[in-house]
Amino acid sequence: MDSSQLLGITTFTYMFSTLLYVAVLVFKASKLGSVATVFTAMAWLIQTAGIALRWVESYQMGIGHAPLTNMYESVVFFAWTIIALYLFIEWKFKIRIIGAFATPFAFLAMAYASFSGEIGKEISPLVPALQSNWLIAHVVTCFIGYAAFAVAAALGIMYVIKNKSENESRETIAGTLPPLPVLDDLIHKTMVFGFIWLSAGIITGAIWANSAWGTYWSWDPKETWSLITWFFYAITLHARYTRGWAGMRIAFLAIFGFVSVLFTYYGVNFLLSGLHSYGSS
Amino acid sequence: MKLFDTLWAFFTSVKLAIFTLCSLAVTSIVGTIIPQGKPYSFYIDNYGAKTAQFFHILSIPDMYSSWWFLGLLGLLSTNLIICSIDRLPAVLRIITADNLAMSTERIQKMVFCRKWQVPSDHPGLAGLPELLRKAGWNTTVRREDRNELYFGQKHRWSRIGVYIVHLSILVIFVGAIIGHFLGFKGSVMIPELRSTEQAYAAKDSSPIALGFEIRCDSFTVDFYDNGMPKDYKSSLTILEKDRVLLQKDIEVNNPLTYRGITFYQASYEAYRDFILSITDKATGQSKRFVLPFQQQTTWDDQNLQFGVINTEAMGQRAVRSKIWFKLGENPATVVWLADNTSTSISSGGKEYTLTAKQMYATGLQVAKDPGVWLVYIGCGLMMIGLYMAFFLTHKRIWLYKHVDATGVTLYLSGSTNKNKPAFARLFSRLERLVDQALTN
Ligand code: HEM
Repeated sequence: MDSSQLLGITTFTYMFSTLLYVAVLVFKASKLGSVATVFTAMAWLIQTAGIALRWVESYQMGIGHAPLTNMYESVVFFAWTIIALYLFIEWKFKIRIIGAFATPFAFLAMAYASFSGEIGKEISPLVPALQSNWLIAHVVTCFIGYAAFAVAAALGIMYVIKNKSENESRETIAGTLPPLPVLDDLIHKTMVFGFIWLSAGIITGAIWANSAWGTYWSWDPKETWSLITWFFYAITLHARYTRGWAGMRIAFLAIFGFVSVLFTYYGVNFLLSGLHSYGSS
Repeated sequence: MKLFDTLWAFFTSVKLAIFTLCSLAVTSIVGTIIPQGKPYSFYIDNYGAKTAQFFHILSIPDMYSSWWFLGLLGLLSTNLIICSIDRLPAVLRIITADNLAMSTERIQKMVFCRKWQVPSDHPGLAGLPELLRKAGWNTTVRREDRNELYFGQKHRWSRIGVYIVHLSILVIFVGAIIGHFLGFKGSVMIPELRSTEQAYAAKDSSPIALGFEIRCDSFTVDFYDNGMPKDYKSSLTILEKDRVLLQKDIEVNNPLTYRGITFYQASYEAYRDFILSITDKATGQSKRFVLPFQQQTTWDDQNLQFGVINTEAMGQRAVRSKIWFKLGENPATVVWLADNTSTSISSGGKEYTLTAKQMYATGLQVAKDPGVWLVYIGCGLMMIGLYMAFFLTHKRIWLYKHVDATGVTLYLSGSTNKNKPAFARLFSRLERLVDQALTN
């Protein structure tokens, strides 16, 4: 058993989790709910083992480093964080149905990591610039933030669906979704959580850049996009705190915010000519 | 004063803040799409002369330091400062307020309020303050006639969390401005065994005097088995008037700082020359020579002649070199030596240790940034402020005991500045405590 097998299995187990949660949602089969949760938790443990094993394997190859240093590894970590965060929310707030919207993000991330031809999966040694603990701190903090924004977007989608169906006062799958105020509150909480981690991510990135090149900020496209995303969420928080925005507006902002996150994370590497060499390999 | 009031109102508005942040976010996109800092001809070639001219007028090629972008940042700062000055006094008043002076009517009308009616000799009454203390609420008390008002609060200072976040942004700006005006960014290439007293500015390559001398004693690159670079390392020495002041090996991510100037390992250049170290094993006498490729060099004291006559290279990198070595009239020795390794040669009854390595120049990024500490302090403040603003809430509770002829009326009230549901749970726990005390 090696790490790539374990991570390959994870892709399929997350797909199955998604199907289970969607079944709970569509068929209102709430009994399936705990099955879905247990299954997802197991899938997450398998992924955890896969990541840990990849770490060990890098040491066996004599180039030991935390598995957080290229596009493939970061996408895998992203999926891992989404599921960790989702399971935490489910446990803390006792709302299961979010899984139908959150697990697809993790599944899509894993599927992309596993099947896309664009990203290399091999464990490669680190070029000197990447040999820094600040880099690890940077990647971990950023991706916790991104995962929180992914969950916020999932909640935003739920809000929009629920709101639509209430307006049409029809009995649809939206009946199984949590009440609107609960969703609104959760969207806000996950966005706040994400904002803090994104701030920490930008800060650790700046410290890393300063220790490697003597410039903490150089306006390269990746940095600038992370700042744009940060501005976006700062605006959203102000709109809520000082102008009382809530409900549909915030739900849409949560969804758009995640588009900005995706662009920062993915779009910049492949669509813009950046210098952020890390991540494009 | 009318103009002043209008301006003041303009700058305290959060609408302006949202507008400025939106403008910053949207305009920042431009610089990620249009390549920055290229020569004018680049823009003509890629966008046409008209557009290039237009870009030039708006400073698009260097937009993050253009007048209008800096103007937006200035607007944001002014907005932040004035908004904070405007609001802070009220917040400080809440933080330092004497909550025991609160009118009892207001206490009775709070959203979280519960009322009990008991006989004035109820035995549970006396223990209530102690009960609150055990539940984590240290209270102060005010007595008036036979009435008693107890008050306790938590995390009142969390109310300035937001202001710490806002301040942190200003601190970061100040740090960046200081770095911009009092610091510099540059670079320099120093060949091994050479030294320099200046670097070259990143902006226009003009020389910058360092005020001391920096020498590169050696530079090495290590490679992984697959040929990727693993480590760049330079041994640097700081000198002043030939006096050695500091020595350090630097790597990427591990720079050297002297008198506020920091040297970062950034790049390197490989030469066709070699550096040969020769040690006379008997006397320990040792010397290093720069050998141009295929040229003979001598060490007269030792009557030695030597040179590099061939190399085996991978790209720019010499993997092995073939050394020719001759002592006096003895027959010459020829050895292949892997880069940066040693070998022993005996000739004419003497023994020498030889180390040959390809000669490099180390490429250093040179930066002086006296503002960076402020930037870091600002970052720290921001994290502290965000934590306070989002995770701590100012919670207050009052316990009011009103005594009259009919007995005691007891009020428990509470208020919070955010997260009502969590406070509701906390409040009902306190209610239950009082319930228990009053039923036993
Ligand atoms: C990038 C810039 C900014 C960031 C990161 C930022 C961050 C924040 C945060 C985190 C809060 C927390 C809200 C809370 O928990 O109560 C907040 C509130 C607030 N911000 Fe900003 N802010 C920024 C710019 C501004 C500007 C330019 C203004 C100027 C008017 C402003 C005015 C306010 C106000 C009035 C509040 C509400 C304070 C309260 O609840 O008492 N912010 N800001």
